[in-house]
Amino acid sequence: MQIKVVMSKLGLDIHWRGALVVSRMLRDEGMEVVYLGNQFPEQIVDAAIQEGADVIGLSTLGGNHLTLGPKVVQIAREKGVDALIIMGGVIPEDDIPALKEAGIAEVFGPETRIESIADFIRSHVKNTIA
Amino acid sequence: MEKIAEYFDKKDDVSLGKLLKEVENETPISFDILKHSSMRKGKAHIVGITGPPGSGKSTLVSKICKQLAAKGLQIGVVCIDPTSPFTQGALLGDRIRMQELAKTPNVFIKSLATRGNLGGLAASAADVVQVLDAYEKDVILIETVGVGQVEFDVLGIADTIVLVNVPGLGDTLQTLKAGIMEIADLYVINQADRPGANESVKDLKMMIRESGKVGWQPPILQTVATEEKGVKELIESIHEHKAHLKSTNLWKEKRQERNVARLDTMIQGLLSRKVEEYIKEEDGWQHRIQEVKEGKTDPFTVSHEIVNGLIHKNNSKSGGRYVK
Repeated sequence: MQIKVVMSKLGLDIHWRGALVVSRMLRDEGMEVVYLGNQFPEQIVDAAIQEGADVIGLSTLGGNHLTLGPKVVQIAREKGVDALIIMGGVIPEDDIPALKEAGIAEVFGPETRIESIADFIRSHVKNTIA
Repeated sequence: MEKIAEYFDKKDDVSLGKLLKEVENETPISFDILKHSSMRKGKAHIVGITGPPGSGKSTLVSKICKQLAAKGLQIGVVCIDPTSPFTQGALLGDRIRMQELAKTPNVFIKSLATRGNLGGLAASAADVVQVLDAYEKDVILIETVGVGQVEFDVLGIADTIVLVNVPGLGDTLQTLKAGIMEIADLYVINQADRPGANESVKDLKMMIRESGKVGWQPPILQTVATEEKGVKELIESIHEHKAHLKSTNLWKEKRQERNVARLDTMIQGLLSRKVEEYIKEEDGWQHRIQEVKEGKTDPFTVSHEIVNGLIHKNNSKSGGRYVK
């Protein structure tokens, strides 16, 4: 089954180049990537519901990862969305354990190779059926 | 099956999202979902929005949705973008033009990749529309991929076709060509603040006048989608077309034609699957196919052999009940 990714910039965070580059690369890895641009957690989860996303990709460089990141996970799980939620951008090492604790499956920093993101997605996506 | 009925009764976005995910991926359960939704569909006004890439279809759809949603209507949007012929991946970028709809609860947007389909839609588009229809959406907008001259699959599923063009895409002759120019119920010149808009309108007017069409006369509208100009008038024209369809019984006829067309595609799909299975389970066919591959036998002969073989096999199994 084709993997569908919903990719979003988190909140008001700017610098969208990274999210677009990763979207393009996941496209080249054979995935279908829905690019949302900037959205807040509630709207990101709504889009994931409508699109039937297997993966929610969050991009942030502005320091809102600890506040808005876990909120996406919380809203998603409350609404019964079991998509894999991953994050990328500039995120301090020290914050990663807290993010994982909150349910962010993996955090990808600068200079991550696209293969490692794609492989992580492929090995962790659940292909659930209603 | 009971569970599917539950998902239909719940009438919430989470259930709808799950149903559509099955249908989009043509999973085994999607057959039952479509069967279930087939008898509940038929009420929504299905509007196809088509036109070349970058003409402003997504932005226009966004503005149409915004105004329809403000009237309290339930809206489904199906937007389609191309799949890569090399990697099977896709970048679905229509939602970015519809960001202002993110907080509008009565708009449900589904993005689809073409997945090899060449007619301007995704293979699953008709099915997705059917489920949205059964989910009691009032209006369903289908935004095709950016099209050229011959991608008109949308004709087979929409009640009203809106062709979006921009100024400056060629001279009078371009409007006279067969194909995409003929299928529209409404013509829109978007980005009408750019030079050449009036000329484009004039060319279209001439084309429509000379086509000698009886009945519905397609209007030509000018819009500037980014500024929401002309959108109200476009919506009025879409409603007028719906009223026309209802008053002339075309509304019903189109639905009946679609039902039969659906039966036809189901039969074709089922048959080719049966043939595939048959080729796999019977020894010997691989040998014949190999001969075709190497050019030792022609494909015309072998295709007949295979299909006749399948019919014969079913005949002897069922005592001839299924094949006359």
